[in-house]
Amino acid sequence: MEADDTLDCVGLYCPMPMVKTSKKIKEMQPGQVLEVLADDRGIRSDMPAWAEKTGNEFLGAEDAGDGEIRVYVRKK
Amino acid sequence: MPGEESVTIVVFSGELDRALAAFNIATTAASMGMEVTMFFTFWGLGVVKRGTLERGGKSPMQWMMGMMDRGGTGHLKLSKMDMLGAGRRSMKSLMKKYRMPSLEEMLPMAKELGVHFVACTTSMALMGLEEADFIDDVDEFAGAATYLGLASTGSVNLFI
Repeated sequence: MEADDTLDCVGLYCPMPMVKTSKKIKEMQPGQVLEVLADDRGIRSDMPAWAEKTGNEFLGAEDAGDGEIRVYVRKK
Repeated sequence: MPGEESVTIVVFSGELDRALAAFNIATTAASMGMEVTMFFTFWGLGVVKRGTLERGGKSPMQWMMGMMDRGGTGHLKLSKMDMLGAGRRSMKSLMKKYRMPSLEEMLPMAKELGVHFVACTTSMALMGLEEADFIDDVDEFAGAATYLGLASTGSVNLFI
């Protein structure tokens, strides 16, 4: 998936991926896509929950190898 | 919908691990666009105390309590396996290894995200604490009615 910006959260746990995502998304334009790379598997359920609450769109998650996960969110 | 929900967390406990849990939830909720208020009461006041040992207007009993429970993020113990500070030090070094934010990092992060800090005036009176005994991050000094006013309209209310 094509992303407009990337956030590296590998090695980070709660609450950091969500705190960093919320800061990053504030700097982005509506419609842009943010890619977040993480290795805490909690992000698979945390990111959709975050997106629903903040009114942004969760686009999906995929394995990035080496236990890393790539998730995508579109700013509304 | 963003901005419509609020979270109140009563921080009753003054232990490092419990404070970390409270701040973890507070910062996450604030990141989700929720309005967050942390109401520090009883032992939880220690989390937002300056950690100094000023006598002030304390009675001998209050003065002794202040000595035994100094407060300030750097003086908090673990609720389990503290072992006179050895457990605390191990826990802090493990947290560092896993790049988890310390309480000293979480507190300013919470403020930056707009988390509101309230210190309970009743517990302050009981322990002989003045406003000056607290860090500047405390926004308000208030009582149970303030907490209940916020909690009754909040969707998440926690007691830690």
